Formats: sequence, C-alpha cells, structure tokens
Amino acid sequence: MSAHEFHSALVPPQGIWWLPAHRQEKTWVAIAFIWCLVLFAMMPLWHFRGGQNPSGIRYRVTPEAYVARVDRFVEEYQVGEESGIPVVAPPPGADVYLLGRMWQWYPVLKLKKGVQYTLHLSSSDLNHGFSLYPVNLNFQVVPGYDYGLRVVPNRSGDFRIICNEFCGIGHHLMVGKVLVED
Amino acid sequence: MSAIETFAERFRTCPVTGLKVNRDSELLIRANAVVAVVAMLVGALAAIGLVLTRWQAIHLLPAEMYYRFLTAHGLNMLIFWILFFEMAVLYFAGPVVLGCRQPAPKLAWAAFGLMVVGAGIVDATVFMGQADVLFTSYPPLRATPNYYLGVILFAVGALIAVSLFFASLVVAKREKTYTGSMPLVTFGGLTAAVIAVITLLHGAAVYIPTWLWSMNVGNIDPEVYRMVWWGLGHSSQQINVAAMVSVWYLLGGLTVGGVVVNEKVSRTAFVLYVLFISMASAHHLLVDPGVGPAWKIWNTSYAMYLAVLASMIHGFTVPAGIEAGQRLRGYTNGMFEWLRKAPWDDPGFSGMWLSLVIFGFLGGITGVTIGTEQINILVHNTLRVTGHFHATVVGGTTLAFMAVTYYVLPLIFRRRVAFWPMAKIQPYVFGAGLTAMAMGMIFMGILGIPRRHWDSSFAGAPFPVEIHPASELVQVLFGIGGLLAATGALMFIAIAVTTVFFGKPVTAEAIAAGASGLPSGVLRLPAQSHTGPLADQVHQQGVKGTLVLVGVFFACFVLYYFTNWKMLSFLWKVG
Repeated sequence: MSAHEFHSALVPPQGIWWLPAHRQEKTWVAIAFIWCLVLFAMMPLWHFRGGQNPSGIRYRVTPEAYVARVDRFVEEYQVGEESGIPVVAPPPGADVYLLGRMWQWYPVLKLKKGVQYTLHLSSSDLNHGFSLYPVNLNFQVVPGYDYGLRVVPNRSGDFRIICNEFCGIGHHLMVGKVLVED
Repeated sequence: MSAIETFAERFRTCPVTGLKVNRDSELLIRANAVVAVVAMLVGALAAIGLVLTRWQAIHLLPAEMYYRFLTAHGLNMLIFWILFFEMAVLYFAGPVVLGCRQPAPKLAWAAFGLMVVGAGIVDATVFMGQADVLFTSYPPLRATPNYYLGVILFAVGALIAVSLFFASLVVAKREKTYTGSMPLVTFGGLTAAVIAVITLLHGAAVYIPTWLWSMNVGNIDPEVYRMVWWGLGHSSQQINVAAMVSVWYLLGGLTVGGVVVNEKVSRTAFVLYVLFISMASAHHLLVDPGVGPAWKIWNTSYAMYLAVLASMIHGFTVPAGIEAGQRLRGYTNGMFEWLRKAPWDDPGFSGMWLSLVIFGFLGGITGVTIGTEQINILVHNTLRVTGHFHATVVGGTTLAFMAVTYYVLPLIFRRRVAFWPMAKIQPYVFGAGLTAMAMGMIFMGILGIPRRHWDSSFAGAPFPVEIHPASELVQVLFGIGGLLAATGALMFIAIAVTTVFFGKPVTAEAIAAGASGLPSGVLRLPAQSHTGPLADQVHQQGVKGTLVLVGVFFACFVLYYFTNWKMLSFLWKVG
C-alpha cells in the first residue's frame, strides 16, 4: 500500500502511482504465483508418473476410410450381436475401432481386464462425445480425425458409452456398450 | 445558440458522484441496458423450461424444444445480455467517468442498431427452428445462413462500439477532461475492450467462413473450427471477467468507499488478462484429437495460469480495498468489524460481495481444476462444465451487473428503484438459487451425467443406462436451485423494468430525506479519497481480515484440486 494516500477506483491517480506493494499483498501474490507453478508442473508430471493422459495417437482420416476400417475390424473379430449391433472381441493388444454416428456407437466391444488396447475413436458425420459410463472417461470425437487412445480396463463389468456432444434430436439415444471380462 | 448553452445542454453534473455526464453517452447507456434486460428475460424464460426438463422427475419439454430453448438460452444470456450490458459499462467507464463528450454519437447509435438487428435475426432463426445448433454451432452441424449473418452483424456492431470507447479515451486525453492517469475503473474497462477486439476478430475468422460454408461455399474443418471458435467463445468470457472486476472496484468505491490498495498491483493484474487469456482457450480442446499434449500443456499452463494469477490477485485486492475503505470509515475493531458492519441491505453491495464469493470459490476453483489437461478427462462435456460456468458467468458476472444496475437506475436513469424491499433481497435469492443449481450440476457431472442432453433416463436407447441413485437427490438440488435463480432473475427484471418506466424521480429532497429506493451509496456517497493520519493508520493496520479470507479460499482450492487428481487416478489407464 502506498504510504500517504488512498483513493477509490473512480478517482484518477495523480503523479507517480507505481509504488511498492504492501508486504501483505506481496505475500499473497507470491503464494498465488507459486501455486500457479504447481498447477503447471502437475500436467507434465502426470505424463511421466500418472496413468491417465489424453495424449493418444492422432491422425487425419476421411470419414469413408474410417468407416471402411471399422467394417474390416468388425468382420475380423465379430463374435455375436446385441440389439442389432455386432459384438466384437479383439485379441489383447489389438487396435480397436469404434465409430460414432447419428445415433449409435458401433460396434459393441468385448475387452479383457488388465490388457492394453489401442481404442480408435472417430465419427462419420458430426462431433460426438465418448463418455464411458460409469467410469467417467470423456473424449471428443471429431469427424475427419482418428484419436487412438491406449486404454487398460482396470475392472470387469458391463459399461456404457454415452454420447456427450449434441448431435441432433436423437442424441439421447446414442448409447453404446463395452463388456470387460476377467 | 451560443457554444456555452450547447455545452450546458449536453452535460449535467451528477449530484451524487460529481461526475460530468454527457447526454449522448447517458442515452446510449440507457438503451444498451434496456436491451440487455430484454435479452435476459428471453434467456430466463428459456432457462425455466430447461431446468424443468433436466430435472428428470418433471421432464417438461420435448427433445426438439429442449435443444431449441438451450440454443436460445445460451445466446441470449452469454452473448446478448452480457454484451449489451458491457457496452453500457464501456459508455460509462469511458466518457462518463472521464467527463468527456461522447465521440461520434451517431455512429454509436448505428453500432447499437446493428447489434439489435443482429440479435433479432439470431433469435428469430433460432425460434423458427432454423438453427438448432446450440451456442457453439460446431460444424458440420448446420444452421440457416441467416443465423451466422445475425451473429456477424451483432459482432460488427459490438466492434464499432468498442472502437468508440477507445476514441473516448483519446478525446478525454486531448481535451484534458481529467488530470493524472485514468481511473482504475476505466483501465479495467480498457482491458475488457482490448480483449473484446481480440475476441471479435476470432469471431470474424470463424463466422465469416462458416456463413459462406452454410451457403455451400468452401469447406470447414471441424477441428480447426473448434480451435478458432474457442478463441471467441472463451475470450468473450474474459471480457466478462475484466468488466466484472471493474464493476467490483466501482461498487466497492460507491457502496463503502472501497479503495485501490495499490494501483500497480491491480493494473498489472488487468494487464495479465490481456496478455494471456486468448491462448487459454486451448483448455477447451484438452481431450480433442486435433492437437498434441505439448500444445495443450503449454497453452493452458503459461496462458491460463497467468490469467488465474490475475484473478487471484483481484480476489485479494478487491476485498482488501473494501476492508481498507471500511477501516477508513471507522470500522477498525478486530478482524471482521468492517465486514459485519457493511451495508448488507444495499443490493449494490450484497450483490457485489456475493458475486465475488461465488465467482472465486465456486467458479474459479472448479474452473482452474477442470482446465487441467488430465483432469479434463473426468469432466469434459459433463454437467460439471455447465456447473462451473454458471458459477462464473451467472453467479459472477451477471450478479455483478445486477448489483451495479441498482446504482445505474438512480444515477443514470435518475429513478428511485421500484419494489425496494424486494430489491434488497434479490441478490440473496439469485445468489442462493444459483449456488444450489451450480452445485447440483457439478455433482451430476461427477456422477457422469452429460451436459446438453435431453433425457437422463435414456429411454428407448439400445442399452439401458442405470444412473447412480444419488443423482436423484442432486437433481432436486439442481431443480430447486434453478427455479430459485430464475425467480431471482425475474425479480430483477421486474424491478429494472418498473423502475425505468414508472420509477419515481431522484431529487435532492428525496436523497436528503433518505427516501426508499435509493441505495446507501446514493444516499450518502462515502469519501472517495483520503490523505493524512487516518490513511497512514489504516496502512499500518493492514488488511488482516482479507488475509484470513484468502487463506480459507486457498485451502479450499488446494483441497479440491488434489481431490480431483485422486479421483482421476481411479480411472482406467489411458494414454
């Protein structure tokens, strides 16, 4: 605080107002700045030490090429059908292709717990949102882009994929399924 | 007519603040404020429909109407209400605070006209069902070309109005209508205006090609659109922050004689907003396939965290200025007498204080946390995002603008505030409702419920979804909070509209008699400058109470942040 005068924010300050801050303000600014550095450091740190990062492999892909790749994936590993959607069980470590389109996640996936897969996400029409329920793992799915995330399911069970990006009136019907087995 | 008569006609001296108010700016402030409130009415009515739909037990609107209302709500609240009001703030912070004439008044009215026409076109296309594209209008989702045209016209109008604010700074300096440096309120307005230019240029870069694309000219890459659009979408919220903080400083001075504890610190914090905020829009792409981790970390860390630093500085200096101001008024006992003895029945003060608290604790802490690259995996496109920005934009900016309206009505419209007893509780009703609603949304998001989604029961979907049973409880919190907040908004609109059209005039006698409908700072404006032994004494005492408050804030921040990392660590491994 300046030593001799106080004025409100409506009063034009006269003369030199570039005065040293009070000790209390300096302390708070220092704490806030150090905290901002902590916030910054956490992100690179988690890339080295933590297990949840949205890095993945990123490519441009045409919607047609991606749909063709999904079809090939389904053909190769299909094991059944549920609600008219193919159920696909890829081998451990495989590249898994999931397609978002109005208003469906295609196909149903059958994965193994504790095994790493590369889960590819893309769309053939609009932006969609991949939200694995109830785990709460959320990613943006953008047409023209292939997002390949290395995932390791850490528990078995029956999961849902909810679309969390508005994609038209049937958006709320866009629910997919992932089965994870021991 | 002599020049002196013309001059006398064009200016009046505000009997309360002593500011020299020119007629043109005053009328522009009135017009912009009135249209802002009309936009808020449209947005608030839509909000009631939205709350009653997302509250699954009621589920009022059909899907198509829900998304249409959601589009209208976002545009009217985030863009029209706030930007029209911000234009009023700029006409005040420039010509009125500096006591100069309004530069190019005709052009200012043309800008206002463009904004009104643009907003009208946007609302018309939305309500006619030709633009169910939500606030973000991500391609390849497509609206009718007129929708984009409306946005462009509105933005051009806003850009002209902002330029006139810059012009007023030049005019005031040249014509020497003030001495010394510009007051902090104007400086804050200047940073808001600079950010507005950056924002509107992003808007042009994204909406002009999108408009052409909507007429089948050229192509739009969905990811590039997302990146450039957020240069508009996020920076526009930073105009709000800068304007809101300026309003905090303004109201601190008007209500309790709040002071600027250090000009250097406060102004540097405003400059940090300008320098770092536009790249901070990167945090909207944290789980996108278009950009890599280095880009995400760099842009969010250097840019966003230095803007966060700015907010944390204002979060100290604003209450510190109020504490020092109150201490100068003699409330020197103990740590918190200054706060206990504040005018809590002045909606200008209570609204400002609630805005500060809700913005900081609920909006700021949640926002910084979800803007972290990895934590965003948990949050992206869930209702937590919506909860966060309702706390910042509605609990923060809107509430601050409501609070300052209680001073704009008597000082600029020169009317006593109608329904005064209701006005005294309005900020509390709105603030409480908003807090409950935002917390409801945040908990719903933590339970995995998506935003922008019509049916949390997922009826008719190929696979059933069993939402966590706790969500029913938080939906009630959200629903009741939402209705209460809407009630607070409608109270505000009723007060503002009635005052403007039927309010009793403010007279010297009314002020002297302490008439109803006049906030405490209008009845008795606290001293705005202080020198001498008392000021020295307050310097010596410091701001102990504020230090305790920011200490509590910091503890909450650290706790919430690391709790989120813990939650993240339970997820599937992903990379």
